[in-house]
Amino acid sequence: MWQSLAEELKDHPFTVLAVALDHADAARPWIEAAKATYPCLIDRDHHVADLYNLVNVPQAVWIDEQGRIVRPPETAGSTDGFRVMDRKTGAMPEAANSERVRVKALYIDAVRDWVRNGAASVNALTEMQAGARLRAPDETIAEAHARFRLGQHLLREGKTEEAQAQMAQAAQLHPDSWAMWRQAYAKNERGLASGPEFWARVDALGDRPYYPQADIAPVQR
Amino acid sequence: MITVLHDQRETRHADSVVEGDALWLDAPAIDAATGWAWKPEGLCRGDICVPVPPVAKRELVRDGQLNVTAMWRRSGQPVVHDSARRTWVLGSGAAQRVSALATLQAPDFELPDLSGRTHRLSQYRGRKVFLATWASW
Repeated sequence: MWQSLAEELKDHPFTVLAVALDHADAARPWIEAAKATYPCLIDRDHHVADLYNLVNVPQAVWIDEQGRIVRPPETAGSTDGFRVMDRKTGAMPEAANSERVRVKALYIDAVRDWVRNGAASVNALTEMQAGARLRAPDETIAEAHARFRLGQHLLREGKTEEAQAQMAQAAQLHPDSWAMWRQAYAKNERGLASGPEFWARVDALGDRPYYPQADIAPVQR
Repeated sequence: MITVLHDQRETRHADSVVEGDALWLDAPAIDAATGWAWKPEGLCRGDICVPVPPVAKRELVRDGQLNVTAMWRRSGQPVVHDSARRTWVLGSGAAQRVSALATLQAPDFELPDLSGRTHRLSQYRGRKVFLATWASW
């Protein structure tokens, strides 16, 4: 997904670090197909989601040379366009499709600009701005992560039923987390947790976004 | 044999005692399971010590073991276990996560790639890192 960006910026002190909130066997074919030159890590227990309070994919964090968060977790260039697609054919209205392309390009341009210009980039946040955008987890979310961790462990031990119960409880405690819900949920034949239950959950969002839009300022290409 | 999960640690303990919702561990087990050292002044890690409250000592300390369930929950951190009480998760509390994020220092972690080689975020210090999540689901 980020290979062309990594290739283009390979002469800069920069790396893409991809983290799959997923099991290795499910992630493997995608990683092999991507032929990525950057590290692709496997986070089967969603530990990074726990540490950074992530709720969906793709979310990204910009981290500078000193290990400081320059942009807290946010949607990495995706849009809610899929919500208006034809659910039988997968066809997307032209307007939604062009918006999807526009937002993705805007985001990639912003990453590129930050890599080249650092703190001078219009999208590199000050500490005040970055701090204000952090979303703090609460105790319910902390318990959800503990239960998710337990569920994943029980799954590896073959205690499927109990594992599912723990992960279902985790998803219930943390309803904003699509990552927990979709990982826990039964997959369809395409390997995606995108059955009727998924769409019901998306529809239940109403006016709320599935991918909250990152506030990205346009940069010159 | 009890399995304890804490952050990315997974340890097994033969000498632990489980009574209902209480998990009792001795100092070496607590250290191995969580990285917290149980000292006279409390549970310590780095510069931080969380005292074992004197009024609750009878509830919390017995025969060289600490009731880690009670101690954990007193400090606002989740403890969950399986129905057989053989696997326990000593979770990290929201306050801990919030104070770590508030420093704006990116929390460090270590994860494997497909070949099993581990990568630490902090090993990329000196480079800009675009940390991006994805999944097959």
